[in-house]
Amino acid sequence: MSAQEFAGSSTPAAGDGAHRWPLWEVFVRSNRGLSHVHAGSLHAPDAAMALRNARDLYTRRNEGVSIWVVPADAIAASDPDAKGSFFESPQGKDYRHATYYTKSEGVKHL
Amino acid sequence: MQPSAKLGDASASATRITPGNALRPEDIALAARHGAAKASEDVAQYALRLGDDALILAQRLAHWISRAPELEEDVALGNIALDQLGHARSFLTYAGSSWGKSEDELAYFRREQEFRCAHLFEQPNGDFAATIARQFIAANYQFPLYRGLTQSSDPMLAAIAAKAVKEVDYHLDHSTQWVLRLAGGTEESRRRMVAGLDLMWPFTGELFQDDALTARLGDAGVLPSSLRAEFDRATGEVLAEAEVDIPASSMASGGGRHGRHSEHLGYLLAEMQVLAREYPGASW
Amino acid sequence: MALKQEDTAGQANFERIIAKDSRVEPKDWMPEAYRRTLVRQISQHAHSEIIGMQPEANWITRAPSLKRKSILMAKVQDEAGHGLYLYSAAETLGTTRDDMMDALVAGKARYSSIFNYPAVTWADMGAIGWMVDGAAICNQVPLCRASYGPYGRAMVRVCKEESFHQRQGFEILLELANGTPEQRTMAQDAVNRWYAPSLMMFGPPDDDSPNSRQSMAWNIKRFSNDELRSRFVGMLVEQVKVLGLSLPDEYISVNEDSNKWEHGPLDWEEFKEVLAGRGPCNAQRLERRRSAHDDGAWVREAAAVYAQKQAVKNAQKAAAST
Repeated sequence: MSAQEFAGSSTPAAGDGAHRWPLWEVFVRSNRGLSHVHAGSLHAPDAAMALRNARDLYTRRNEGVSIWVVPADAIAASDPDAKGSFFESPQGKDYRHATYYTKSEGVKHL
Repeated sequence: MQPSAKLGDASASATRITPGNALRPEDIALAARHGAAKASEDVAQYALRLGDDALILAQRLAHWISRAPELEEDVALGNIALDQLGHARSFLTYAGSSWGKSEDELAYFRREQEFRCAHLFEQPNGDFAATIARQFIAANYQFPLYRGLTQSSDPMLAAIAAKAVKEVDYHLDHSTQWVLRLAGGTEESRRRMVAGLDLMWPFTGELFQDDALTARLGDAGVLPSSLRAEFDRATGEVLAEAEVDIPASSMASGGGRHGRHSEHLGYLLAEMQVLAREYPGASW
Repeated sequence: MALKQEDTAGQANFERIIAKDSRVEPKDWMPEAYRRTLVRQISQHAHSEIIGMQPEANWITRAPSLKRKSILMAKVQDEAGHGLYLYSAAETLGTTRDDMMDALVAGKARYSSIFNYPAVTWADMGAIGWMVDGAAICNQVPLCRASYGPYGRAMVRVCKEESFHQRQGFEILLELANGTPEQRTMAQDAVNRWYAPSLMMFGPPDDDSPNSRQSMAWNIKRFSNDELRSRFVGMLVEQVKVLGLSLPDEYISVNEDSNKWEHGPLDWEEFKEVLAGRGPCNAQRLERRRSAHDDGAWVREAAAVYAQKQAVKNAQKAAAST
């Protein structure tokens, strides 16, 4: 989604003519070597301000060394109603896990 | 002056304070108590100027908390105010080391004429655009000032500046972002931004005035007039991008460095000092 | 009323989640009443943080030392942050922050009634931190396990950050209690004024709290109002000894049967009056929020318009370069 489409998705408030700032999801990397983790969300007019607001809001106590912001609208999520079938396949495939292989237990460096 | 081991590594030389060291006012106070950090009279007078600028600006910005245009901005302005207050406390603590006074004695028990802030910082908040204009000027002045001060021959000033310059770098960015947005937003915001700049610009002149003290400081301080070119270049670039003319008037009589203030400061101090003065000698 | 087939499946799934004490997430099916209860509770909680900034913000500019000024500023700023975390959690339920804010400034939304009392002396900064934040923390710690995921996660962050709020308040009072006689009087007076309102922060007594039972069944609330209030009284009783001050309640005792702390009668008529908008500062607090909101409208609009203009510019640039 382009910034233009995204900015366009903010709808003016009824009556007072105010322009709404879109919602952004914030991901913070707490230390080098770690993944960015979802920290929360905030409102900002654009990506530049979203990053700055995220810095002020989510890293006031040295929580991060890097921040990602993503327009909330741009996130595609799996459908929770389809949870059963969507995540069924891995169930029962024990052979994907080392614990399945019991006969080699006790053999060193294996 | 000999800085204490608390400030840097065990070999106790303040010149070894790394720029990344997060120096706290409490550290400076401790060093001062142990006689390990004592500013010379000139350095103290200079620190008082920088400290008062930051203190009065912090006091102004604090008023925005719970009144900002959006909650995210309450948090942003709060961070900037806290940074400025931190710088003020460090500078005032260090200044006080010369006279055996604490940061609070200097902040709460000096009279108006004894304050050394420039008029810019005393200016009322006005609307958000006026506050941003004041921030824009303040940050564009403080950033090169603190950057220069990291090379000060006075190790404590250098250490305070090393912490402050990084924080002011962000203030610079924050005010720049808002100057661009307000100037390039709606007709109303542009009108307000231009008005805010016109309102605050006359107070820039005072920031770059040299005097006998700044001349005497030599390598310990930064000559105010030496910052002007960088200020003009940096603000000029942003204002050009914002398609705003640089306001014409940049001369104001000033006098803040010598205790002659605007009408606004008295009210600000009355509010800031009232409680401490109602209970002199009390501990909080 | 017959549920649609998908709703029946959703309902069953929801009930399984609650029975397992697992977490409901934003896109899960949930009963409308559960959603409504959450929106109401989370938005009220967020509003309380935002309105709650005011009594303390009033003292930032007058704080009696620069250290206290820094601490208070950081605390009030945290409250804005906590409001934001909570509004975000409520937004995952399909309501917008603007709608919630509009309801607040229109006087249609509730927030904790305690913030409608005035903070008249510096000691109130101590009493608010110690007792009001103390009561809030008692309430909030169990909410970290609330069945709605985003709410629980927001509360974890809030609780972590608030740990300093109560301590700084306690230390303000400790300093005053050990200060001059005037300071000591100021401290005791603040404790006297904030005691009953802070106890009422837990909400009406259990037999007069119609929503509580359902909230507990849904694992939103984990303990009843009276249970939490009793625990809180027990904490205050010990802590006030350290301060060398007293609580304005001669009825505090441990009930021998239930082994729980009990307190004197509270004025629930006053509570209802304040909640209904007739407290000492209701109008003032709302007016301040309303004017901040209205005065900021042109700024919010300017930033949104600028973003649109930039997006168009960037799109044109991209088109020109291909």
